[in-house]
Amino acid sequence: MATTAMPGRGRATGLARSLFGSPLNFAVTAGFALLLWATLPFVVRWAILDAAFLPAVPETCRAAGGACWSFIIAKHSQILFGIYPYDERWRPMIVCLLLLGLLIHSVRPQAWRPSLAIWWLGALAASWLLLAGGMFGLIEVTADKWGGLPVTLILTVVAIGFGFPTGVLLALARRSDLPVIRLLATLFIEVTRALPLLSILFIASIMLPLLVPEAFLPDKFMRALIALYLFASAYMAEVVRGGLQALPRGQDEAADALGLNYWQKQRLIILPQAVALVIPALTNTVIVMIKNTSLVLVVGLFDLISSGKAALADPEWRSPSVEVYLFITAIYFVLCFGFSRFADSLERRAKGPAT
Amino acid sequence: MTVAATITPAPGQPAITMTGVTKNYGSFQALRGVDLAVARGERIVICGPSGSGKSTLIRCINQLEQHEGGRIVVNGVEVGPEPKQLEAIRTQVGMVFQSFNLFPHLTILENCILGPTWVKKLPRAEAEAKAMALLERVKIPDQAHKRPGQLSGGQQQRVAIARALCMEPSIMLFDEPTSALDPEMVKEVLDVMLELAGDGMTMLVVTHEMGFARQAADRVIFMDQGQIIEQATPQSFFANPQHERARLFLSQIL
Repeated sequence: MATTAMPGRGRATGLARSLFGSPLNFAVTAGFALLLWATLPFVVRWAILDAAFLPAVPETCRAAGGACWSFIIAKHSQILFGIYPYDERWRPMIVCLLLLGLLIHSVRPQAWRPSLAIWWLGALAASWLLLAGGMFGLIEVTADKWGGLPVTLILTVVAIGFGFPTGVLLALARRSDLPVIRLLATLFIEVTRALPLLSILFIASIMLPLLVPEAFLPDKFMRALIALYLFASAYMAEVVRGGLQALPRGQDEAADALGLNYWQKQRLIILPQAVALVIPALTNTVIVMIKNTSLVLVVGLFDLISSGKAALADPEWRSPSVEVYLFITAIYFVLCFGFSRFADSLERRAKGPAT
Repeated sequence: MTVAATITPAPGQPAITMTGVTKNYGSFQALRGVDLAVARGERIVICGPSGSGKSTLIRCINQLEQHEGGRIVVNGVEVGPEPKQLEAIRTQVGMVFQSFNLFPHLTILENCILGPTWVKKLPRAEAEAKAMALLERVKIPDQAHKRPGQLSGGQQQRVAIARALCMEPSIMLFDEPTSALDPEMVKEVLDVMLELAGDGMTMLVVTHEMGFARQAADRVIFMDQGQIIEQATPQSFFANPQHERARLFLSQIL
């Protein structure tokens, strides 16, 4: 792009032109400079210079004028793991490391083989065992005491990891030649989409136990998990259906003419193209679902946000809620932005030339 | 499952027999009682005005469209919508489309070996060797590892022919194979088709390329309004069309 002789200089003049090249550019640049000049010193002073760090005790924060990061340092384990028994917090810690590690492992194309699904099922089962305990000498911890990051991670992974394949099947079912299958899929998708997620969660956690004896039902955590999963699958089904509709009819016909059967055709020809077409829309849905998991707080489950709120209730401290929410925001941002980058690489891969 | 494998066409048996075949789209009658017998190794060109039912006719043979009345028998097997019937027919009958319909997310070679490896369960190495030989035959072996989008229209259509041939069909259907091509690419596709005709493949070709019909066809079929209204050798069809509509059609396209 830049000149060969002085690449740095070419870029610098280009930057200068885009900042000051026209009266409008100049005005916008000046406006932002003014805004930064007015706010940046305050932010830096609050977040860093005047902030309280160590020792992580309430007195440090009372003495400081700025942000109370001491609170995050002192309470990080409660924010991350909620009301999980203090001496057992190594268990949710391992669960978080396990799930995050597997997530990071899974984004690399080299990892995409059928055994990865087995690894995930194994990791989820291990997470569940580790959190619940009650065997292998682990103290039993019921699901109403679970909280924080592991809850958010499990809800996200299950809702999206199971919701996506189910959504694909629903999308195919909605285009099926068999009227009964088509009707059932359409009914499920339309009803699920018509209900707010909040009401689905209330139905799962409050109304269901009124109709069915509690003994026959899975626990509250599992019910919320299933509700999120069904909700996600309905939304993903419609996104995938959009991709299916965008494919030219000729792809179907060419696959038929070769003699591929229905499932071979969908798996080898139709879905790889349809899903690649809707990666941006799927990313959007996934990010919304990651954040939707926080709604389980209304049915009394302790996700990351509820754990943060619970930690703030300590009267010893002066309730530094802005700092806590910033901390939680940062965690959500890493999850969502990470997924967005992953989706970006998938899209580039789908569009890229053959190897 | 074994239906396809057990078909060994008897020499005297016709490749395709259609009797009284009908097909409607709503109130539109696409085919109104078509009778046609195609001998083994015969090359037939089907022409006629648009909407006359040419494409519907050949698409009924491999059941991309389901006929409503009448019977179609291919290599002694009745054609129908049951999965076993479909598999038997589609492994016997290859098809080339107007818009190529290559799979854009796969390489040329992957396009060619998909059918053999998944439908015929051929080992990958064997399927690749055969596909490379056929790509050689349509003169594009050097493009094997590109994607369809990187090839010209003529090259794509030649790949589509190779892809169909990889399934070793005994009958090939061509649905306006050169209509979507730029004029300078028509010849390279027709050359491949001529070569195929020379090898004795049974071919049904819907096309307006009358040069191809003259050179390669044993019989020209003229369709109008869902019926075959004239069939003759290319020489007599072009020299002396019997029907008014056929004369009108020829005067418009020649």
